[in-house]
Amino acid sequence: MQGETAKSRKNYAYIALVVLLLLLFVLNISLGSVYIPFYVVLKWMVGMQIENEIWQNILLKSRLPQSITALLAGAGLAAGGLQMQTLFRNPLAGPSILGISSGAGLGVAIVILLFGAIQGVSLAGLGWYGSLTITAAAFIGAFWVLLMILFLAQKLKNNAMLLIVGIMVGYASSAIVGLLQFISSKEDVQSFVLWGLGSFNNLSWDKHIIFIPMVVLGLLGSLFLIKPLNVLLLGENYAANLGLNIKRSRLSILVITGLLTATITAFCGPIAFLGLAVPHLSKGIFKTADHSVLIPAVMLFGGALALLCHLIARLPGFDGTLPINAVTSLIGAPIVIYVILKRRSLTQ
Amino acid sequence: MQQKEDFFLRADKLAIGYDKHALPLHENINVSVKPGQFTCLLGPNGAGKSTLIKTLCGFIKPIGGQVWYGDEKIERIPEIQRAKKVSVVLTDRLDVHNLTTFELVALGRTPYTGFFGKLLPHDIELVHHAIEEVGLHGYALKSIDKMSDGERQKAMIAKALVQETPFIILDEPAAFLDLPAKIEIMQLLRRLSKQKNRGILLSTHDLDMALQIADKIWLMAQGKTLQEGIPEDLVLTNQFKRFFEREGIQFDNHTGTFKYHKTIQEYIVLKGEGNTRVWLGRALNRLGFDTVEKDSEWTVEVLQGIPTQLALYHTNKLLLKCDTIEELMNGMTAAMAAAKQK
Repeated sequence: MQGETAKSRKNYAYIALVVLLLLLFVLNISLGSVYIPFYVVLKWMVGMQIENEIWQNILLKSRLPQSITALLAGAGLAAGGLQMQTLFRNPLAGPSILGISSGAGLGVAIVILLFGAIQGVSLAGLGWYGSLTITAAAFIGAFWVLLMILFLAQKLKNNAMLLIVGIMVGYASSAIVGLLQFISSKEDVQSFVLWGLGSFNNLSWDKHIIFIPMVVLGLLGSLFLIKPLNVLLLGENYAANLGLNIKRSRLSILVITGLLTATITAFCGPIAFLGLAVPHLSKGIFKTADHSVLIPAVMLFGGALALLCHLIARLPGFDGTLPINAVTSLIGAPIVIYVILKRRSLTQ
Repeated sequence: MQQKEDFFLRADKLAIGYDKHALPLHENINVSVKPGQFTCLLGPNGAGKSTLIKTLCGFIKPIGGQVWYGDEKIERIPEIQRAKKVSVVLTDRLDVHNLTTFELVALGRTPYTGFFGKLLPHDIELVHHAIEEVGLHGYALKSIDKMSDGERQKAMIAKALVQETPFIILDEPAAFLDLPAKIEIMQLLRRLSKQKNRGILLSTHDLDMALQIADKIWLMAQGKTLQEGIPEDLVLTNQFKRFFEREGIQFDNHTGTFKYHKTIQEYIVLKGEGNTRVWLGRALNRLGFDTVEKDSEWTVEVLQGIPTQLALYHTNKLLLKCDTIEELMNGMTAAMAAAKQK
């Protein structure tokens, strides 16, 4: 579809992204608060036995699932963000634009804050069951909003209206959350705030049994949207004239993005920024609007950037892990500003 | 691609509008577009041109009556088949970065490509051919956000071409363009309709252009039934005149243009020949004089000679002699007032 130079640029960028992704994945597994020699990590990665059982446990039960979480969450949010930006023809759209993250937040708030206030039980103190309850609540909240959006998408002809409804759902959820916080105890509010800061650390393998298939399903589904997304670049009228069934395409895009966002938010909390920034960065690097290039690109880039953020959040010297939301925004915002300024100076 | 000579796009007792419960914007529209015919839909802003175009393309449903493509009603044609019957160029502005001309035009192949939209060698060849045909040689890899409005419009036309539809409908294709680009686009569209035997319908409010270039004109104005005909008949039967008559504006059947100057101060006899006479006449009209052949005490004459001079007479008495029209116009009013007082 492109000329020779554009083609080779695309291939170099892909290779660079894949190398970067692998490198960051290995680094995420190698580095952490407990020092494990690199050769031991390598030995473990190629499937050889290592004697130190503690190391083995750390690698298998902590670092590997966390790295997979970061990789998939980054890829999924970026793919969702790209789809929303194209569907709504709005560069500020991201996967959370539909109000799905707010819905998840509301679900979690109801469970943590309301139950805490009524029954005097603090879920934060309930350990593993508490965490599973929170995930379930987030899931229900997110999917409830998604269903509502899908229902409205059938009724509304106009994408802009849908966008406004999504934003309004976000405000309404935040308002209810605010009320709940007002009547809740300090400890409960703090554990809700902690959930809101996001984390890639909470997924053990028994949660991954749900997380991995759902995110992979969403990512594979995204690949099937390449043609409708490309046609939608021209706007809905042109797309309809080119034979695209607008309602059906819009519904598929919403279902896929909704699945990704709802799943990731339920398990990791609302991860800010990645979904908005990665599509812009990828468009800047690949210099194309073609989704057959961009969809795989944002997945690779999103995974890599999430891994980088996770690595920084766990830098040695910090006590425990920094909130991932703070890191994604602190790292991401300057990069996006830089890219936009650079692009501007190029066009002038 | 269907290109049988009897494959028409036809509106039958069509009523258009956005609201089913309100009165339609227009009713009883009976028109057709034939393959190879270049039709201009002409009307002032707000006449309902876009609504008619959207109805003919199938973007909005008719309020009454039918739109036919051949012997099929538009609502009955599945989207993907409709995409092979009519292609559009709309006023929607494209705001996409890094989309190349090639990629844009290639999207016109969407109805023919497979699930992932992959282009086959045949598609690629068609796309390149269409880019050449609209005069965008060398632009294939250029990004459309770095092109002028006229170039982008040509790319959209190329997109419509590769869609391989018997009909192409364009909504104000020349609206943003400057005059040379406008003429170029219109010539291009006319040539394509003839060479490729496509039925082309475009809306415009540029009357001069439509009169010169259209095979058929559809006249549309608020509260009037849509009229159709070839440009010359519409002029001769005074349809144009009646359609566009408004306060202060008059259509001149003789020149085929609008008159901007309604109030007439004086009649003036214009003598002389050639280009100078034509342009002098226009200048006099602008000042509010109507030019006649005889029966006026005022005369303006183009004096033959090098350099050409202009003279103003009052009952054969020379009042003024000038080198340029500007000088004449500056001196004229005062000279005439003085002559009247005597």
